[in-house]
Amino acid sequence: MLEALSTGLFNGLVYAAVAVGLALIWGITDVINFAHGDFLMLAMYVAYWLFTLGHVDPTLSAPIAACALALVGFLAYALIIRPLSRAPAMIVILATFGLGLVLRQLAFIAFSPDYRNLPDTWLSGSIRLGGISLGRPQVATGLVALAMIIVLFVLVYRTRWGHALQAVAEDRQAASLVGIACDRVNAQVWMLGSAAVGVTGALLTSFFYVFPSVGAVFVLLAFVAVAMGGFGSLPGAFLSGILIGVVESLTGYWFEPAYKTASIFVIFLLVLWYRPRGLFGRW
Amino acid sequence: MIAAIAVVALAIFPFAFPDPFYQQIVVTALMYGALGAAWNLVGGFLGRVSFGHAVFLGVGGYATLLLLRHANVTPWIGIPAGGIVAAAIALVVGRPTLRLTGHYFAMATIAVLAVAHVLMVNWSFAGGATGIEAPIADSFRLLLFRSRVPYYWIAFALAVATFAATLALVRAKPGYYWRAINGDEAAARALGVPAERYKMLAFVLSAALTGIWGGFYAIYVGFIDPDSAFSLTLSIQIVLVAILGGVGTIVGPWLGAALLIPLAEGMRVAMGGSGKGFDLLLYGVAIVLVSLFLPRGLITLRWRRAAA
Amino acid sequence: MPLLEVAKLSKRFGGLVANRNVSFSVDEGDIVAIIGPNGAGKSTLFNCIAGHDAPTSGSVRLRDAEIAGRAPEAIAALGLARTWQIPRSFGAMSVLDNVAVGALLHHRDPTRAKDESRRVLEAVGLRDRAMARAGELNVAGQKRLELARALATSPALLLLDEVAGGLNPTETIALVEILRAIHARGVTLVIVEHVLEVVMRLAHRVLVLDFGQVIAAKAPAEVVRDPAVIEAYLGRRP
Repeated sequence: MLEALSTGLFNGLVYAAVAVGLALIWGITDVINFAHGDFLMLAMYVAYWLFTLGHVDPTLSAPIAACALALVGFLAYALIIRPLSRAPAMIVILATFGLGLVLRQLAFIAFSPDYRNLPDTWLSGSIRLGGISLGRPQVATGLVALAMIIVLFVLVYRTRWGHALQAVAEDRQAASLVGIACDRVNAQVWMLGSAAVGVTGALLTSFFYVFPSVGAVFVLLAFVAVAMGGFGSLPGAFLSGILIGVVESLTGYWFEPAYKTASIFVIFLLVLWYRPRGLFGRW
Repeated sequence: MIAAIAVVALAIFPFAFPDPFYQQIVVTALMYGALGAAWNLVGGFLGRVSFGHAVFLGVGGYATLLLLRHANVTPWIGIPAGGIVAAAIALVVGRPTLRLTGHYFAMATIAVLAVAHVLMVNWSFAGGATGIEAPIADSFRLLLFRSRVPYYWIAFALAVATFAATLALVRAKPGYYWRAINGDEAAARALGVPAERYKMLAFVLSAALTGIWGGFYAIYVGFIDPDSAFSLTLSIQIVLVAILGGVGTIVGPWLGAALLIPLAEGMRVAMGGSGKGFDLLLYGVAIVLVSLFLPRGLITLRWRRAAA
Repeated sequence: MPLLEVAKLSKRFGGLVANRNVSFSVDEGDIVAIIGPNGAGKSTLFNCIAGHDAPTSGSVRLRDAEIAGRAPEAIAALGLARTWQIPRSFGAMSVLDNVAVGALLHHRDPTRAKDESRRVLEAVGLRDRAMARAGELNVAGQKRLELARALATSPALLLLDEVAGGLNPTETIALVEILRAIHARGVTLVIVEHVLEVVMRLAHRVLVLDFGQVIAAKAPAEVVRDPAVIEAYLGRRP
C-alpha cells in the first residue's frame, strides 16, 4: 500500500503543477481556461519532437517548452481573452473551449492520433526506496513539479510583482487606481501559468503517452483541484492536486480501478457540501 | 413574430426536402435548440451555469429504454416518465448544489455528471458500458419506426411544446423571480421572493424538459449508452448552443442551434470524410470567431440591424 | 396593538456587541426616525428587523407574529418591506420589471403586477423611465426605484435605510413629499437617516442610538436639545 500511496503522491504533484497554473490564470484574470489541457498537450509534443528529431532530453527541453507555451499563453491572451474583456464571462469560457478544440484538431491533423511515447531518456528506470519501487521519471517529474510550485509561490507571495498580482485578483479597479498596469499583469499571468504547464508537459513525456487528446485526462482533474482548493487559493489548488493523486491511487488499490475517477468527484462533492467555497476559497 | 414563421417553415420543410439527411439535421438542431432552451432556464435566466445537464438527458433516455425493454412500457408513457425521473434526480441533486455560487456550481454539476457516468457503466441491469438498445420495430404504439419521417414530426411537436413552455414560464411570475434572483438574491428575498424554492423550480423544470428530450433521443437514435449520454462534450454542446445564440433570451438557444448544428454537420460531411479532422478544426475556429465578433450572442444581430 | 414591537433586542458578532437591549414600538401611522453617529448599530438593528440577520436575543414582533430570525421573504410576505442603503437594483432588468418583482408578491398575474407597478412608479415620479434599464439610472433614480420596489409589495411597514443619502437639496425636498404621500396612503415608516432635514420634517418620534443602545426616544424638537444626544454626536465638553 505504501507503494500506492507514493505513486499517488507523485502523480498528485503532477496534477498539482497543472492545477496551480490553471489557478493562477483563473484566480487573477478570472477566466476558466478550457484550453489548459491542450496547452499541456502542446508542451508534450514540443518535448516529443525535440527528442525524436534533435535528441534533446525532456529535462532539457522543459525550459524550451516553457518558453514556447509562454508565447502561446501570451497569444491566447492578446488575441482572444483581451478583446473579450467586456463580454459576458460565459463567452470567454466558450472561446477558450473553441481554442482548445482548434489546438487539439491541429495536433490531430499534424501529428495523427497515434499514441506516441519516448523510449529511453535520461530519466528512465526505477528507483528503490525502502522496499518500494517507483518509476524514476515519475519521481523526477514530481520533484521538479514541486520545485516549480515553490518558485511560483515565492514569486506570487514574496515579490513585489507577486503582490501586484494579488492586488489585481482582489480588486481590479483599485489595483489600476494605484498604478498597476492590469493589462500587463494579465498577460504576464497567462504567460506564467502557461509556462508552468509547459514544464510539466515536457517532463510528462518521459513516462506518459503523447496523443492529441491527452489534455482531457489532466484538465478535468485540474479543474476539480482548483475548485476543491477554493478559487483564489494557490495553496488550495496545490494541496487538492496532491489529494486527488492520492485518492486516485488508493482507490485503485483498495477498490477497483473503474471507480478511481468517480471517487475523486465524490470526494469533491463532499468537500463542497461542507465547505461551499472549497477548502481555502476566498470567493 | 419570427417564431410563427419558423413554425410554419418547419412544418413545410419535410415536404420540401424529402431527403432524410436534411431532415436529420433539422431534428438534431431542434433537439439542441430545445435542450439549450431548457438549460437556459437555469443557466440564462437564473444565471447558474451548469455543465452537467447531460445527466438529465441520460436519465431520461435510460428510463425510457429500461421501461420499454424490461416492462414493455410504450415510449408514449416512457418519455414523460423519463422527464419525471430526471426531475426527481434534480430534486435530489439540487439541494446540495444550488447553495453553491457560480464557478463552484458549474464544477459540481460536472462532478455529478462524472459520477453518474461511472455508475451507469457499472450497472449491469442497465447494460453497463454497452448500454441498452431499443428494439427494431415499426409500431406506432412503440413509437419506433423504420422511416425517419415520423421522428421529424415528434421532434417538431416536442420542440413547439418546449418553446411554448419556456416562453410561458419566462413571461409569468417564475421568469421575473428567476431574473431577480440572478440580479441580486438578497434584494430579491427582501421583496418576498422565496429564492430557494424558485431556484429548485428552475432546476427541476429544466431537468424535466431535458429528460423528456432524453427519452426522445433514445428512441430516435435507437440505443443509449453511458459514453454518449452522460457525456461532458454533449453538456458543453448544449451550453455552447445557448450561449452563442444569446444567453438569457427565449429565442437565443434556437438561433444558436440553427447555426451551429447545420454548420457542424455540413463541415463533417464536407471534410470529415478524409478522417483528418478538418471539420472539427473549422468548428473550433467558428466558435472562437463567433465569440469574438458576437460576444452577446447571435441574437444581437437582430439588434444591430435594427440600430443600423 | 403596535404594528412593530422590538423588545430587548441584542446582537453580538463574536466579542462585539452591535446592539444592546434595544426596545421600542411603532404604532400604525407612525413615522419613526432612527438616528445615531456612525457605528451606533443602526444598520445591524435594521438587518435584524428585516430578517437578514437573526438577533442574538430579544424579539421582534410584527403585529402578533414573531419575526425575529425568520427568512426575509417570509417577513416581506407579512407586510414589512425595506430599502437598501446602497441601492441594489436588478441592473439588467427594466425599471418596470424591477418594480413588478415586488408587485408579484400580492399580484399573481404579471399583467396586473405591471399595472400596479406603473401606479407605484407614478407615485415616486419614475413613470417616464419605466422602460429604461435599471442599471442606467443615476443615484437619485436608483433610490426612487428602491422605494418603488419596496412599495410595490403593499407593505404595512416600510423600513428605509438612508434613503436620502447622496441627494442634493432639491431632490431631498422632493423625496420628503413623496414619503409624505406614501405615509398618507397608510404606510407606516421607520427611517434610518443621517440627513437631519428629512428627520425634522417627517418624523413623529426620533430614536437615538449610540454604541448599540437607545439613548433617547422623543419628538424631533426635543431630541436635538437632549444633552445625551448632543454629547453622543459632538463629544463631551472637556
